[in-house]
Amino acid sequence: MKLKINGEDREVAVNPETPMLWVLRDVLGMTGTKFGCGMAQCGSCTVHMDGKPVRTCVLPASMFEGKAVTTIEGLSTDRSHPVQKAWIAEEVPQCGYCQSGQIMTAVALIAKIPEPTDEDIDREMSPILCRCGTYQRIKRAIHRAAREMKEAKSE
Amino acid sequence: MTKTSDLNRRDFLKASAVTSGLLFGFELRFDGRMAAAATSGDPKETSLHAFIEVNTSDRVTILVGKSEMGQGIYTSIPAILADELGARWDQVRIEQALPSPAFRNPGRGTMITGGSTSIRENWDTLRNAGAAVREMLITAASNRWGVKPSECWAENGLVRGPDKYLATFGSLAIDAGKLTPPASPTPKSADKYTLIGTAVPRRDTPAKVEGKAQYGIDVKVPGMVYAAVRNAPVFGADVANLDEVSKVPDGILAIEAVPNGVAAVAETWWPAKKAVEALKLKFTKTDADGLDSDGMTERFRKALGGKGATAHTEGDLEAGLAGAKRVLDAEYEVPFLAHATMEPQNCTARVEKDGADVWIGSQAQEIVQGVTAQLTGLPMDKIRVHTPFLGGGFGRRFESDLVVQAVTLSKKLGRPVKVLWTREEDMQHDFYRPASLVQFRAGIDGEGKPVAWQNKVASPSIMSRVAPPMVKDGLDTVSVEGAFNLPYDLGAVKVDYFMENSHVPVGFWRSVGHSQNAFGVECFLDELAHAAGKDPYEYRRGLLSRSPRHRAVLDLAAKEAGWGEPLPKGRHRGIAVHESFGSYVAQVAEVSVDKAGDPRVHRVVCAIDCGQVTNPNTVEAQMDSAITFGLSAALFGTITLLDGQVEQSNFHDYMILRMNEMPKVEVHIVPSTEAPGGVGEPGTPPIAPAVANALFAATGKRLRKLPLVE
Repeated sequence: MKLKINGEDREVAVNPETPMLWVLRDVLGMTGTKFGCGMAQCGSCTVHMDGKPVRTCVLPASMFEGKAVTTIEGLSTDRSHPVQKAWIAEEVPQCGYCQSGQIMTAVALIAKIPEPTDEDIDREMSPILCRCGTYQRIKRAIHRAAREMKEAKSE
Repeated sequence: MTKTSDLNRRDFLKASAVTSGLLFGFELRFDGRMAAAATSGDPKETSLHAFIEVNTSDRVTILVGKSEMGQGIYTSIPAILADELGARWDQVRIEQALPSPAFRNPGRGTMITGGSTSIRENWDTLRNAGAAVREMLITAASNRWGVKPSECWAENGLVRGPDKYLATFGSLAIDAGKLTPPASPTPKSADKYTLIGTAVPRRDTPAKVEGKAQYGIDVKVPGMVYAAVRNAPVFGADVANLDEVSKVPDGILAIEAVPNGVAAVAETWWPAKKAVEALKLKFTKTDADGLDSDGMTERFRKALGGKGATAHTEGDLEAGLAGAKRVLDAEYEVPFLAHATMEPQNCTARVEKDGADVWIGSQAQEIVQGVTAQLTGLPMDKIRVHTPFLGGGFGRRFESDLVVQAVTLSKKLGRPVKVLWTREEDMQHDFYRPASLVQFRAGIDGEGKPVAWQNKVASPSIMSRVAPPMVKDGLDTVSVEGAFNLPYDLGAVKVDYFMENSHVPVGFWRSVGHSQNAFGVECFLDELAHAAGKDPYEYRRGLLSRSPRHRAVLDLAAKEAGWGEPLPKGRHRGIAVHESFGSYVAQVAEVSVDKAGDPRVHRVVCAIDCGQVTNPNTVEAQMDSAITFGLSAALFGTITLLDGQVEQSNFHDYMILRMNEMPKVEVHIVPSTEAPGGVGEPGTPPIAPAVANALFAATGKRLRKLPLVE
C-alpha cells in the first residue's frame, strides 16, 4: 500500500484494514500519534487527512491511500509552527500524552476559523480529551497562535 | 576532547562523592509487600552523587529519580538543586535516573512518585545536596586562590572571590571531586533564591509539542514483539478453557496464559489484539460472580451496623449529642473510580539469562525491580528499570500488574515483549478508588454551634492489600484521612472506620482517602450551617480558630470569588476547604442548573497555601488539573459492578470533563515561607463538596451521592 505522510511517499505491506494508527506507530515507527481509546472517543490519535482532522484509531489505512497525511512529526522540524510556539509560550502540556491530538486539532481549527471565539474553540476542541485538565491553557494558546498567525499574514 | 575523557572527567565529582560515604542518613522502613522490593536497600549508597554531576566542560547533569507524569517534577527537582548549587539554568542537563535506594524519600522503604511527596519529603535532602556541591566547589576555588572559603560565593555557574577571582564550575570539578563532602552544608536563605519560587519553564514542554516525548507505549527494543491481553472479567477469576483456545492462528506468534488472563503475541500489536479478542474464552466461577453495585452498598450498610475501629475520639460523644439542641443525621456515598490515564497501561520487558530490562512508566520502580526479581530469579542489581514519561499516573502506575505479564511473556518467549492493554482492559482492570458509604451524626447548640460530631466510614481498605502491617486493629488510616483529623471546633468527636473489602482491587487515586472523605465532611458541615441559619463561609470561618492556615485560604477564596456579592440570575455559589498532603486549599464554585436539571460549573476560585512554592506556574497548573480531575469524578465518575464485573469500558460510559464543560479556574497562591506542602493532589478534595454545596444553594436539594449527574 502506498501512503503519503508528511510529504514523503511511504510503501507499507500491511493488511489494508489495519487502523492507520497502528501503521503509523508500529510499522512506520512514528509514535507521536497516540493510542487513547480505540473508538474515536478521545482524539489522541488525531492526524490530518488532506488538512482535516481525523481519528486514526478507527479509520483503516486503506482510506488514507491517495490522501495527504500530516502527523505531529510533520508540523515542523523545529517546533516553529505557530501553534507549537503558542503551546510552549503558554506551557500547555502536563503529562503531554494527548497533546499531539490537541495540537493537530487546533491547527485544523485555526485553518478553518482564523479568529476563533471561545465558543468556536469549545465546539471544535471538545472531542479531544485531556485527563490532566490543560483545557484553559489550550484555549489561551489557540487564541495566541491565531493572533500571531494573523499578524504574520498582515506583515 | 574525546567523548570518553569527557565522561571520565565528568565522573570525578560523582566518584568522589560515592566514596565519601553518607551525607544524608535515610531511615528505612520496611512494610509488607514493599519490603520484598526493597531488599537491596543499602542506605550507604545514598549520597549526593545520586543527584548532581559536574563535568570539566562546565555542564551540570542532574539526575531525577522521580517520574514525570505531568506534575512538572522533571523541572522542579533540577531547579531546586541548581538554585542551591548556584548553577546557570542553561548549563543544567537533566537525566532520568535508574532506580536506586538513593532516590527514596527519607524514611520510606522504597522509591515512590506519589502522595504529593516529591518536593515536601525531599526538600532538605535536595537543598543539602545542592549546597554540599556548592561548598565543595567554593572550597576548591578558595584553595586554588589561597583565600578563605567565606570570601567566596557561587552564582550563575561561577565561583567568585576577592580581587575579581573567578572560576567556572567546570574548571573546579576535578579539584572539588577530591574533597570530602561537607557533613552539614548550609542551604541558602529564602531571600537568596534565584530559581526556587519562580516560573522556570518546564524542560519537557518542547518534546511534548512535537511528538518526540517518549512514553512507555512508544518504547521500541530490537527484536521486540507485541502482546495484547484479555484479563478475566471478574477479578480473581481465571481462564477455564486454555486448552481449547491455545491453537495459534496464522500471523500470530503465540497464545499464552499470563497471570489474570491470556495473551496473543504478534510482530505488531493490532493483529495480536484481533486474535486475543477472537478467542472463545470461558472463565472460572468466583464467589463474586453475583455481586453488583447495590449489593456492595448493602454490604457497606451492614458493616456500619457492626463493630468499627476508632480512628479518633475527643470528648464524650453521647453526652454531646444528648445535650444538643438539635441532632442531624445524613448518609453520604461515593462510587468506585477508575484512573483512566490517557496512556493505556503498558510494559515492555526483556528478560535475558544474566539480566533484565523493564521499560514502564512507573511510580514505584523498586517494586518493578522486586517483582521482576521474583519472577526471574535474577538479583535486583541485574534488573534495570527504565522510566519514560508517564501519560498520566494519578496512582495507577504504582501497580506492577503489567510488569508481571510482560516479564512472564518475555521469559517464556525469549524475546523482548511489549504488553499493551486496550482502553477497555484498562478501565475494567484498574485498582479503583474505593467506594464508600459514610454516616454522619452531629449536634448543634442553640446558637447553631456544633457540640458533637460522629462520622462512620465504611469502605474497602487499600493498605490491607499493599502494606498489611500498616493496618492496625482494623484501622486503615488512609481510608479515614480527611475525616478523622478535622480542623474545626466540633465539640465531642468520634470517627470510626468499618473495613469492608471485596473482590474489587482498590488503590491510590489522586488524593486517596481525602477524595471521598472531603465530600461528606464539607457537605455535612454545610448542612450544619444551613440548620444553624448561618452563611456557610462565615460558619466555617467561625469554627476554624485552631487553624489559621485553613482560615486564611478560606478567606482568600471567598474574597476573590466575591462571596456575598450578587451573582447573575441563576448562578449560585458553594464553598469548601480542605487540607491534604501538607497543603491547604479552599474553593468557591459557581454553578447553574439547566432546565433538564443538569448542573453546569462556570467558575472555580481556588486559594492554596502550599508553604514555600517551588514553581508558581506548576502550582497553578496542578490546581487546574486537580480541579478538572475532581470535577470529572464529581459530575460523572462512577465505576459500577454487574455480576461481579465492571460495567464501564471506555470514555463513552466513563466520562471525563471536556473542553466545553471546563469552568474558568482562577488560582490564588498564599505567599508563604512555611515548609513546602504537596501540590499534585490537594486541589482535588474540595471541588466535589464546593460544587455540591453550590447545587444546594441553587436548588435547595442536598445531593449526598456522587456522581452528581445521573
